Amino acid sequence: MRRADLYEIDQNAVADLRKSRERPLVQKYETATVREEGMPIEVLLVEDSAGDVRLTQEAFRDANKSVRLHVASDGVEAMAFLRHQNSHSHAPRPDLILLDLNLPKMDGREVLALIKEDASLKTIPTIVLTTSESEVDIAKSYELQANCYLSKPVQLDQFETLVKSINDFWLTKVKLPKNRQSS
Amino acid sequence: MNLIGRGGVPIKILLIEDSPGDVRLTQEAFRSANPTIDLHVASDGAEAMAFLRRQGAHAGAPRPDLILLDLNLPKMDGREVLAQIKKDEDLKTIPTIILTTSDAEVDIAKSYQLQANCYLNKPVQLDQFESLVKSINDFWLVDAKLPKHAPSGLV
Repeated sequence: MRRADLYEIDQNAVADLRKSRERPLVQKYETATVREEGMPIEVLLVEDSAGDVRLTQEAFRDANKSVRLHVASDGVEAMAFLRHQNSHSHAPRPDLILLDLNLPKMDGREVLALIKEDASLKTIPTIVLTTSESEVDIAKSYELQANCYLSKPVQLDQFETLVKSINDFWLTKVKLPKNRQSS
Repeated sequence: MNLIGRGGVPIKILLIEDSPGDVRLTQEAFRSANPTIDLHVASDGAEAMAFLRRQGAHAGAPRPDLILLDLNLPKMDGREVLAQIKKDEDLKTIPTIILTTSDAEVDIAKSYQLQANCYLNKPVQLDQFESLVKSINDFWLVDAKLPKHAPSGLV
């Protein structure tokens, strides 16, 4: 998962936005769109596996066309995105963060700790999404104030169902804090 | 769908709510969503903290797997209860969901600042309320992994 992939994802997001304008929407996400009429929902996925990125992207595309998925492929890049540093100076503030635990450069636990220590970033709901089912990882994540902990299912259809559940619960039922749009 | 918590032990929820009507509705909605849930009720903030700290009449109280917290409560406000839970090294790992009629931006922002796990609005319509309780059950008690209980020996 490197820059070329990031570029491709951005292109896909743009293509999706175009498509969503061209045809009537079939999905129901009234609550989600009421929150910020016509505004995309910004989701930051912190994930180093290119395969999982692709799967998450496709599952969100099916579940909710207003989601704009940004990808950081390691912990350092995630923090640069959140702090608008380097090539991420125009990065939007995410409405939701999906965070893998095992990441190159900076571990997901460290990313979580940094987010939850930061007075501005701590209000962004941060969902741990990992293959680990270890009690230690679950306990540690809640201790660091992860908003919730989800295990990545191995089966493809179950993975899609889980992404749909995240969308249905977090992006339609839950009230998210108002996003102070940066840049 | 797993209806029973880890090791066959029922999932324990602490509902902190002063309106008897809302308590009744929540009880009924959980009963139809997941009959194995053991729902405990505290009707004000001071009672909630006594339950969580096993004080007074609550010496034998179990540690809840999940907390549903109203914001506007007698004796001790829900915001104060939330702050105390999230300051306590032992209690802070219990997922705490705000469930309130308030949809004020200031309450939403403040709750996330105090590290509420999520914020939900109580719908006015009965069927929407039931559907929200079902969503809480499906997401938090089926999809999400909850932290394993610290051994209490009191359950």
